[in-house]
Amino acid sequence: MTPLRQTWQVYLRGARTLRRQPAYLGMTIVQPLIWLLMFGALFRAVSRIPGFHGSYVDFLTPGVVMMLAVFSAGWTGMGFVEDINAGVMDRMLASPVWRGALNAGTVAYGAFTVVIQTVLIVLLALGLGADFRGGVVGVLVLILAAALLGAIFASLSNCIGLLARQRESVIGAVTFVQLPLTFLSAALMQPSLLPGWIRAAARFNPVNWAVEAARSAAMQRADWGLVAGRVGLLVALLLLAALLATRAFAAYQRSL
Amino acid sequence: MPPAIEASALSKTYPGPVVALAGVELTIARGTIFALLGPNGAGKSTTVRVLCTLTRPDRGSAQVAGVDVLADPVSARRVIGVVGQKHGADLEATGRENLVLQGEFYGIVGRGLKQRVEESLDRFGLAAAADRQAKTYSGGMQRRLDIAMGLLHRPRVLFLDEPTTGLDPEARVALWREIERLAAEERMTILLTTHYMDEADRLASELAIIDRGQIVARGAPEQLKSELQGDGIQIELAESENANAGAALARLDGIREVELDGRTLRARARDGGAAIPSVLATLERHGIKATAVTVARPSLDDVYLRHAGRAFQAEQPELEEASA
Ligand SMILES: Nc1ncnc2c1ncn2[C@@H]1O[C@H](COP(=O)(O)OP(=O)(O)OP(=O)(O)O)[C@@H](O)[C@H]1O
Ligand SMILES: [Mg+2]
Repeated sequence: MTPLRQTWQVYLRGARTLRRQPAYLGMTIVQPLIWLLMFGALFRAVSRIPGFHGSYVDFLTPGVVMMLAVFSAGWTGMGFVEDINAGVMDRMLASPVWRGALNAGTVAYGAFTVVIQTVLIVLLALGLGADFRGGVVGVLVLILAAALLGAIFASLSNCIGLLARQRESVIGAVTFVQLPLTFLSAALMQPSLLPGWIRAAARFNPVNWAVEAARSAAMQRADWGLVAGRVGLLVALLLLAALLATRAFAAYQRSL
Repeated sequence: MPPAIEASALSKTYPGPVVALAGVELTIARGTIFALLGPNGAGKSTTVRVLCTLTRPDRGSAQVAGVDVLADPVSARRVIGVVGQKHGADLEATGRENLVLQGEFYGIVGRGLKQRVEESLDRFGLAAAADRQAKTYSGGMQRRLDIAMGLLHRPRVLFLDEPTTGLDPEARVALWREIERLAAEERMTILLTTHYMDEADRLASELAIIDRGQIVARGAPEQLKSELQGDGIQIELAESENANAGAALARLDGIREVELDGRTLRARARDGGAAIPSVLATLERHGIKATAVTVARPSLDDVYLRHAGRAFQAEQPELEEASA
């Protein structure tokens, strides 16, 4: 009970910060819209490539959602870096608060941001004529997959923030992993059109797991076995990432 | 009853290598205020961080409120309060939000929490600013918020790392009163670090001077001062140039370092108060009139400079003379 309460309180702290910084809130909202429009315009021609099936907006929506989830949740660790620099982290760690709650609360907040952005993208995609064949349930799976993916990267980002204790490290890590993870997946390109080695690498890429689950559930006739398998993988990886981040507090304390 | 804080042979070396602690020994009785003094980099904050479970020593052991901080840090955290050298409050949040979150971290919830938060906002003069972001607070208000947060769960042992640094004189005195009240009325044990001698002198029933990771002196302030064995005696003479007066005094038992400077006669005595009658009697026998006599007890500054003054003396040699 207490761990849940504490997680909720840490989450609220993050949510308050967002509310107090309208500029940041604005960016959170505008960013996904720009991404979808930009990618949509840029890659429209892709749908004319021989061998590509269907509408590119349908295809692109889950890809952009997941790309943005990694990008936006990846900054979560910045909060810990700020807390460390401000002395807030040491004060929190001197209290008996459950370390897992410090991670889980900020991760939940990162995932929440991803959910908002995902909903916005879905609405815009509908406006652009996307056909969500999976209906409401499919869209919910899309949102779930995005939230899980965001949570994984929020947790890993926290880990980096605690271990490296520098803004630059978090920025470096996000920019370093984002593009490779996007391009080593079927986020922007139909799997059958991907080179063989990328298709092989994609099997181990969480971004690809999320894209496949979301695309199958929301945009196609759902293959529930595949969806469950991919979501299961995401959940497992999230648990691992959360465990790592919770352990990272002890590593941080050893450096004090 | 075991002491509130007991540390033995605490050692810690940071990569570099920087030896931050080299065998610190501390015993602090319950309900007392203990001051840890020392120059920059002496190891004060490191000692506090070890005792409040933030970091682990390479060697040594420590108990706080009867709990082994190395073996059972979680239990220790429940009974200690910490106010670090840096600010600990979240400046983006309001004073009230900071206190509420702090309470939740200690498992205080619901109406009990609400009530405690109101009380502590009142007690630290933050009620009017409770719903403003802490970043709009003055330095003194932020410090008070830090301390209110450290006290919210009513700890049995409180660590204050340089609590009054950056406070104006009035705010310092107010905080001193609060610290005294906590020790006297709530039987709280308080370990504070400070650079201010007057602060240690006023608050602490016992103090330790730490230098380069080692405790170089410890005891009650009075005891440490008397160990210096040298009250200063200053006598204003009615007439100047009484050279024989100095010579006569120098022959007295327990009087040292007699110096005549115009009409001012200075000397050192092991116990100034006790020496005064015989000093005055001697002067009278030589027909010398004194207009004023003062006895100055050695100050904690003297104690500090004697034990940890190396670096200080090298930089500012005139200070050592001024206090000698
Ligand atoms: N996290 C750390 N990593 C590396 N070195 C450290 C760390 N913390 C402290 N030190 C070093 O250990 C020594 C003791 O530092 P500490 O902070 O305990 O001193 P202090 O007595 O509190 O000084 P001040 O009065 O300046 O606050 C210093 O030489 C400091 O540079
Ligand atoms: Mg310090």
